[in-house]
Amino acid sequence: MKLFIGFIKKEFYHILRDRRSLFILFGMPIVQILLFGFAITNEINNVNIAILDHSKDVTTQNIINKISASKYFSVNQFIEKEQDIESVFKKGKTKAVISFQNDFNQNLVKNGHATIQIITDATDPNTANTISNYVNAIIQSHVKELNKGINIEYQIIPETHMVYNPELKSVFMFVPGIMTVILMLVSAMMTSISITREKELGTMEVILVSPLKPIQVIAGKVIPYIALSVINATVIIILSIFIFEMPVQGSLILLGFESILFIITALALGILISTVSATQQTAMMISLMGLMLPVIILSGFIFPISSMPVPLQIISNIIPAKWFIIIIKAIMLKGVGFSFIWKETLILLVMTLFFIGLSIKKYKIRLD
Amino acid sequence: MSEINYVIEATDLTKQFGDFKAVNAISFNVKKGEIFGFLGANGAGKTTAMKMLIGISNPTSGAANVAGFDVFTQAESIKKNIGYMSQKFALYDDLTVKENITFFGGIYGLSRATLKQKINALIEELGLHDIADNLVGALPLGWKQKLAFSVALLHNPKIVFLDEPTGGVDPITRRQFWEMIYKAAHEGTTIFVTTHYMDEAEYCDRVSIMVNGKIEALDTPKKLKEQFKVTSMNNVFLKLARG
Repeated sequence: MKLFIGFIKKEFYHILRDRRSLFILFGMPIVQILLFGFAITNEINNVNIAILDHSKDVTTQNIINKISASKYFSVNQFIEKEQDIESVFKKGKTKAVISFQNDFNQNLVKNGHATIQIITDATDPNTANTISNYVNAIIQSHVKELNKGINIEYQIIPETHMVYNPELKSVFMFVPGIMTVILMLVSAMMTSISITREKELGTMEVILVSPLKPIQVIAGKVIPYIALSVINATVIIILSIFIFEMPVQGSLILLGFESILFIITALALGILISTVSATQQTAMMISLMGLMLPVIILSGFIFPISSMPVPLQIISNIIPAKWFIIIIKAIMLKGVGFSFIWKETLILLVMTLFFIGLSIKKYKIRLD
Repeated sequence: MSEINYVIEATDLTKQFGDFKAVNAISFNVKKGEIFGFLGANGAGKTTAMKMLIGISNPTSGAANVAGFDVFTQAESIKKNIGYMSQKFALYDDLTVKENITFFGGIYGLSRATLKQKINALIEELGLHDIADNLVGALPLGWKQKLAFSVALLHNPKIVFLDEPTGGVDPITRRQFWEMIYKAAHEGTTIFVTTHYMDEAEYCDRVSIMVNGKIEALDTPKKLKEQFKVTSMNNVFLKLARG
């Protein structure tokens, strides 16, 4: 135990005396979370929309006027047929099509209700969601005006269709994603670099000649990083709750345990990387290319997995970050308990054990 | 155990990588308190042989005893009884002199009190008063070398292994370093040193010369020179290496 404390103390000296790693450890998470937080914004401005008006009566004209009068939208196209919707979206400029049913006004007057379709291009899910909410709001305010002073209420029923990505899979995605990226970065990259640095310096050799067991050496190297990663995860969660009003519906304790599991996964990967790389540069390149890119691209952090080609969807299953993102999303956004995420947790656990086993094996081979 | 007090006994020690025998059945003994020079050209197998003796590499075949323990089964016990200094003078540049000593002493399980006493003794002995709290990275190479050697001796090992301990150091500093080695040997520590500076071979009690994985010569420098009818160890080495 005393050996351990000496080891950990030493590791903290290394980290605290190196401005670069201090920045990566603590500056990066804050900068990233703020950057992503403010870059992914729900504000929309002058979004182009197209109108498909089957009815062309007074009410539809009023609603169209209202929509184009708002600062959020500009109506840039009128189309005549349902079939044109597809081609309008394919051009990419128009983000939504608003479609009025036949005899809109007549239905409204006779039956008391009429239907509007709001079709949005959900390749950018945040925008799509916001557009449909805003259009809804405009329609509802129009209905309110119509209903002033009458007993029978008119109803306009908006039907929302999201095309291309109906489930809006990246709403509030950035906090879980950033957390995953940062934990991966800090845990895997920093450990692999710090172990390879000892190899470069030759101190690893000296330590291996000492009576310390390899497992003690590894534990001494990773424990400081577990501590730092836990601090980081806490900072990220606090920032996202207080600055971005990210909801945390589920149990914070469960979130904490799952995060520690993922941190250990990342550390195991870091150790594995350090066993195959001789220099700090190699370790850094492998961490960046081998870990960061898959984490950012294939984990569902930025690009929804469901819209990937099938081969990539299959590959995404072996990325630990994917499962962690599913887990923390479920805890933070849906507020589910352990019974809903045990499968993902098990997958992560098995992966972690596999990586640890592999790195111990590699470590032994290296000693021979 | 043999009648003479041998601290290293190697018999037909072999290390094979695939078809290549990096160390080919070497046998030798090292006496207690001896300065044993382990010579050879680069790639002759010195480092591999040494790694087997210090317990970080398993021999393919043969037998070896270090400090009374078997390299196959008692590597952990060997590690407690030996000191090791790598050719990189491995110390942490971003730790101070004191912190380095504390850390390396700590991994050998020295108690806090012992460590404190050792640190003070060491600072006194090496004249490090002014720089004890400086980062090691700022020290000249010669100081690092002396410090690394002292750190290897912290836990009073029976044998200390030095892997090319004088690389890149000027002749005067090398001379001073050898004086430290003599002092340690005089106090009863066995010194096992690899080098390819032939003038340093002259300082050793006995030397072995490895060529292509085999020990081709083993004796005192004086006898080796007589045997090969030359005047310096350098010429002994050249004769052997040229075959």
